[in-house]
Amino acid sequence: MLGTFSRSDWLLLVIFSAVVLTLPWTLEPIGAAYPDLLQKFAIYGIFAVGFNILFGLTGYLSFGHAAFLGVGSYAAVWSFKLLTMNVLPALALSIAIAGVFALLIGYISLRRAGIYFSILTLAFAQMSYNLAYSVLTPITNGETGLQVRAIRKSAEVSLRDGDVRIIDQALGIPEVGVPITNLFGMKMSGYPGFYFCAVLLIVCFFIAMCISRSNFGMMLKAIKSNQNRLNYTGIHTRPYLIAAFVISGMYAGLAGSLLSITDPIAGAERMQWTASGEVVLMTILGGAGTLVGPVLGAGLIKYAEQKVSSWNEGILHGAFSFLPEPVQDFVVEFFSFFVGEGWHLTLGLMFMIIVIFLPGGVMEGFRRLRRAFANGASPPPRPVATTTPIAERD
Amino acid sequence: MSVAETIRDDVAGERGFQSDIPDRVLHIDDVHKSFAGLHALSNVDLDVRQGETHAIIGPNGAGKSTLLNVCVGRIEPDRGAVVFDGDALTGKSPHEINQLGVARVFQTPEVFLDLSVLENVMVPALSRRDGHFKLNPFTAFSGETEIRDEAEAVIADVGLKNRIHMTASSLSRGDKRRLELAMGLIQHPKLLLLDEPTAGMARHDTNATIDLLRKIKERGMTKVIIEHDMHVVFSLADRISVLAGGRIIAQGSPEEIKNNPKVKEAYLGEEQV
Repeated sequence: MLGTFSRSDWLLLVIFSAVVLTLPWTLEPIGAAYPDLLQKFAIYGIFAVGFNILFGLTGYLSFGHAAFLGVGSYAAVWSFKLLTMNVLPALALSIAIAGVFALLIGYISLRRAGIYFSILTLAFAQMSYNLAYSVLTPITNGETGLQVRAIRKSAEVSLRDGDVRIIDQALGIPEVGVPITNLFGMKMSGYPGFYFCAVLLIVCFFIAMCISRSNFGMMLKAIKSNQNRLNYTGIHTRPYLIAAFVISGMYAGLAGSLLSITDPIAGAERMQWTASGEVVLMTILGGAGTLVGPVLGAGLIKYAEQKVSSWNEGILHGAFSFLPEPVQDFVVEFFSFFVGEGWHLTLGLMFMIIVIFLPGGVMEGFRRLRRAFANGASPPPRPVATTTPIAERD
Repeated sequence: MSVAETIRDDVAGERGFQSDIPDRVLHIDDVHKSFAGLHALSNVDLDVRQGETHAIIGPNGAGKSTLLNVCVGRIEPDRGAVVFDGDALTGKSPHEINQLGVARVFQTPEVFLDLSVLENVMVPALSRRDGHFKLNPFTAFSGETEIRDEAEAVIADVGLKNRIHMTASSLSRGDKRRLELAMGLIQHPKLLLLDEPTAGMARHDTNATIDLLRKIKERGMTKVIIEHDMHVVFSLADRISVLAGGRIIAQGSPEEIKNNPKVKEAYLGEEQV
């Protein structure tokens, strides 16, 4: 596979890696260079890249991917509670369980296509969300959320009040105070946590790139283009769709696991339909079907969520202080609807503008800009392609 | 004895048909299909022999496309059986039928509009080589040089060499027909079903397609062609079946069909014969 990567593929990978790894410096001017937000950029970037394997390549729109995010989160916290605070088993467990869960949901949901598939996935995710709050409380700890605790001193203490961490105890790893997730002793909060997520984002991006350029990826694109024709071409499309769904679910499980790794608590709200809708927005906003677009979309939405929601009238007054006072008051009053708790309004407007004027997302905007610059430099060549009459080929 | 053979022999025995036609590739046996009370196909029996080009003609609404749809699994017959090379096709899904060696060229071009001409032809070639499913997320599509070379040759054969990297959506209807033909040919099917392969083509392109299909015949590929253009039918067909009102009213060589009074009455018209 690597041997067949073109120069532009390698260049894309190198630039993507460089941009991701230097985010702590490049995002400094816009006030986004703090670990918590950087971690979210990387984690939701992974979620969106995985979602794009299903939606971007096959055109199947899942409205239930948050279920896998939630399952990944719970699996990771259970790994911390039962096995070790080391993040590697948590990652493996989350990906595996999310994969099995995706196989079950995908097997049933992919019996239908179009809106029926979307509704089925939404129904499954909402069922998971409600189960997490009700009958599965012993596993999810209901509304409180699942958290790590200190290792229990006696067998009488319930698992809810104390963890076991079999591997850590067997290895005699000392535990002082609140248990902290780690990678062989290196704590996974702050910048080390971001770099861990960033490296995984680059690995996930690379895998998505391989899938997109592979025979498997070509079949997924053919499904999106004309699934009926593909059936008459001898391809059984359902296994391809199930495979894409499971891979996509595993990406979501990994993202969920990283949420728990950087902040070891798992709550059912991660499975709610709004979380499923968010990843759809991220992918469409950035550019469905493109490699970089979903990551960009995830970054934009998480930035808006963290920054725009923290803005208030004081900040707006500061920003518009150059205006005369009566005008300033009006402008601040107007824009105050779009900041703070009204940040969803900003997100909604941003989404509408993109979908109406740039249906291919931000990436289409970049493509148009590139074309505009190229056309400005030299006039476009006239199309010269003509059909060769069949008789002439001999 | 296979299920297909049992069906074939039972039905043949009951209805007194020949079950021992040599080199028979496709056997359509007493197929019925109704749509809301309308008999689209009634008692249809048809045999296609190895290597022959068998044309099915008939006026509009005669049931030609329905018959092809039954053959490729798009429509389930109400009664009867379709047997291909010893395998019963009835009840099989389209991808299973294709994997047995039956390819179809559609009346309305069915191509992958978002993919390039080259990709459109490489996908069926991969299906032929890898079967109905192969999980290969790390096998680079661009590294399939053998398949690409073969696809390029077939694309050149149908006259789309200059458009090889264009997306299929930007092709004219006639070019999409050529592309469809290429998608069928690259699979080297044992049986190629062509539903009006020259519809929408200019006369010189139609003649070129006839030449191409003749060339394929030399390679021994069996073909069933549905066609309205009698020039194409009489240029290519070894045998012709005439469908009218969902029934086969005549079968035979082109000469026999030309001189058949039932056909004259039902379809061709006195002045054309």
